Amino acid sequence: MSDTHILTITDLHAKVTDEDLEILKGVDIEIRPGEIHTIMGPNGSGKSTLAKVLAGHPEYEVTSGDVVFEGQPLLGLEPNERALAGMFLAFQYPTEIPGVSIANFLRTALQARLGDGEEVDLFDFQDELLDRMKLLDMDPTFAERPVNDGFSGGEKKRNEILQMAVLRPSLALMDETDSGLDIDALQIVAHGVNTLREENPKMAILLITHYQRLLNYIQPDVVHVMVAGRIVRSGGPEVAIALEEQGYADWKVQEEEEEEQEEVVTA
Amino acid sequence: MPQNELVEGLGLDEYQYGFSDDEAHVYRTKPGLSEEVVRQISKHKEEPEWMLEFRLKALKIYESKPMPTWGGDLSHLEATLDEIYFYVKPQDQMERSWDDVPDNIKNTFERLGIPEAEQKLLAGVGAQYESEMVYHSLKEEWASQGVIFDSIEDGLKNHPDLFREHFATVIPAADNKFAALNSAVWSGGSFVYIPKGVELKTPLQAYFRVNQERMGQFERTLIIMDEGAQAHYIEGCTAPVYSTDSFHSGVIEIILKKDSRFRYTTIQNWSNNMYNLVTQRAVVNENATMEWLDGNLGSKLTMKYPSCYLVGEGAHGDIMSIAYASDGQHQDTGGKVVHVAPNTTSSITSKSVSKGHGRSSYRGLCKVYDGAHNARSNVECDALLINSTSRTDTYPYIEIEGKQATVGHEATVSKIGDTQLFYLMSRGLTKEEAMALIVRGFIEPIAKELPLEYAVELNRLIELEMEGSVG
Repeated sequence: MSDTHILTITDLHAKVTDEDLEILKGVDIEIRPGEIHTIMGPNGSGKSTLAKVLAGHPEYEVTSGDVVFEGQPLLGLEPNERALAGMFLAFQYPTEIPGVSIANFLRTALQARLGDGEEVDLFDFQDELLDRMKLLDMDPTFAERPVNDGFSGGEKKRNEILQMAVLRPSLALMDETDSGLDIDALQIVAHGVNTLREENPKMAILLITHYQRLLNYIQPDVVHVMVAGRIVRSGGPEVAIALEEQGYADWKVQEEEEEEQEEVVTA
Repeated sequence: MPQNELVEGLGLDEYQYGFSDDEAHVYRTKPGLSEEVVRQISKHKEEPEWMLEFRLKALKIYESKPMPTWGGDLSHLEATLDEIYFYVKPQDQMERSWDDVPDNIKNTFERLGIPEAEQKLLAGVGAQYESEMVYHSLKEEWASQGVIFDSIEDGLKNHPDLFREHFATVIPAADNKFAALNSAVWSGGSFVYIPKGVELKTPLQAYFRVNQERMGQFERTLIIMDEGAQAHYIEGCTAPVYSTDSFHSGVIEIILKKDSRFRYTTIQNWSNNMYNLVTQRAVVNENATMEWLDGNLGSKLTMKYPSCYLVGEGAHGDIMSIAYASDGQHQDTGGKVVHVAPNTTSSITSKSVSKGHGRSSYRGLCKVYDGAHNARSNVECDALLINSTSRTDTYPYIEIEGKQATVGHEATVSKIGDTQLFYLMSRGLTKEEAMALIVRGFIEPIAKELPLEYAVELNRLIELEMEGSVG
């Protein structure tokens, strides 16, 4: 295992907790600092599951395999410990927290990153928050709204990127951030993400998407195609372009053939 | 900036409040209740004959009424009452200036932050220690406006006619068993009169605490808002943690005359062995507005339903309450609105949080009498359960006699979900921090109405409560 990688996933298998349903069937991915990887694939292929498993969602249970993040074993950590280690998940469906303002929430999250006896400076925090909101073309009053409560789909997605911009992770998992965004919002989000990368060239991104369009604004170094819980192809940006033209049909057929072959073998 | 974002870590934790001074009382009655005890209380207070008669009559009513069988479990209460000191007088004289207050009492108040509260210009501070006011100050300009903010004893002594005209008119001794008990043995509390048209900009504050083991506290408060007057009264109390049962049974009467406006804010955080049975009620006259803002934490059992009797046309009543039931605690709280006159409006907003084996019950009454045309009332009660062992119940009673009334009722029960916790934890919060944030968000619509220092204290208490709630 090379320590030049920020994230190394080796033969990762995961199933739904308390059920016998395996979703990830042996995933291998290696990401270096500063790289942008994207995972594309049809619905139900396990893309979002991978993101949730990496962030430690209790809905899923890892059955075998290994993940190393920033040189440390990841799988035994609580979700908050993963966050403090530098991981961030931009949710596909962000959760509503009624009565808690975005500002309050983010201040609490920053405070969690400090040791006992250290306090977030309120004035510095306000300045930082306003600065980050400006980057994402957000109205300052947005910070006083309760987290995701009554937000439109696009507002929720932007709120995820705002959190990412404030918390400054070393690895961002972006789970279908582009869905539900119109083209203007998409460009703003992409601009925000690209600015973060300029600020911290070592920040790595794992981008999960169905579509090529986000990749026009955020250029990936590596494109993975995921089908039925496995990475079936990895390559450069040309893979995404090919997918956009051809769809996943070929991969699905190939997957089915492989399964048939396996059945033959076991028979 | 929202209140709950400000200062934390003021050290307002429950253990800090669990201190107790050496008891410095001068006089106390024998434990238990008897006619003799009632006579002694009245004698010690040098009361007029009518009050002694009132007390004795109330004692008979108390003895004749059965223990309530609804609400919380009162089966151990009778034995508890036999051991309670019904009257403890800490000092012979009412203190006028802070310098005269004995050091150990002063020490208690300093730890409760009273001098600081004064520095913050929190108006007249009436501080109750054990059964009586020992320290009482009132802003001079208010005195010149004719505002009365006294201990209830001084109210009776110094304003006998005003006192007698209103006392026990809102809550008669026969109202319920505990109102009768309070009427027999009351001691301490506030007497407030705001004259016609006077608007107080800064709130009246009264702190009090029960300081002696096995001592019952029967505070009695009488507030009279004259026509067009406006005021806000704040009462907060904390109690030391003791091992044996304790009992608190207050009676709070408020009279709002035409066009007046009054808010009564209280946060009670009793120790876990306290029975807290309070009757508090306001009579609201023509175009007057009454607001109850009521927070109940701690205690073994709290039964408390702030009420508004809307007796004048256009009267309005708001009841906002937060209840927090932890392990071994039962908060049976809610509110009552009674519409008697036409075009009266009311709302009840209740938020309860139950943790561990804690239980919270919403119990509310909305009654509309025939003749209260166009009465409108809205009830909203929301419950949040922290653990799968927590319990909540809702008992909404709606009685409508009038033909034209609009009454709405909405109730929700929610649980802290894995999805919410995961979302917050994925941003770096521990499970405890995530829970505390969700609870604070849940009560925020009411907490934001609280004065800043109370909101801060409430947030701090919730954080402490969440420690050890995971698992």
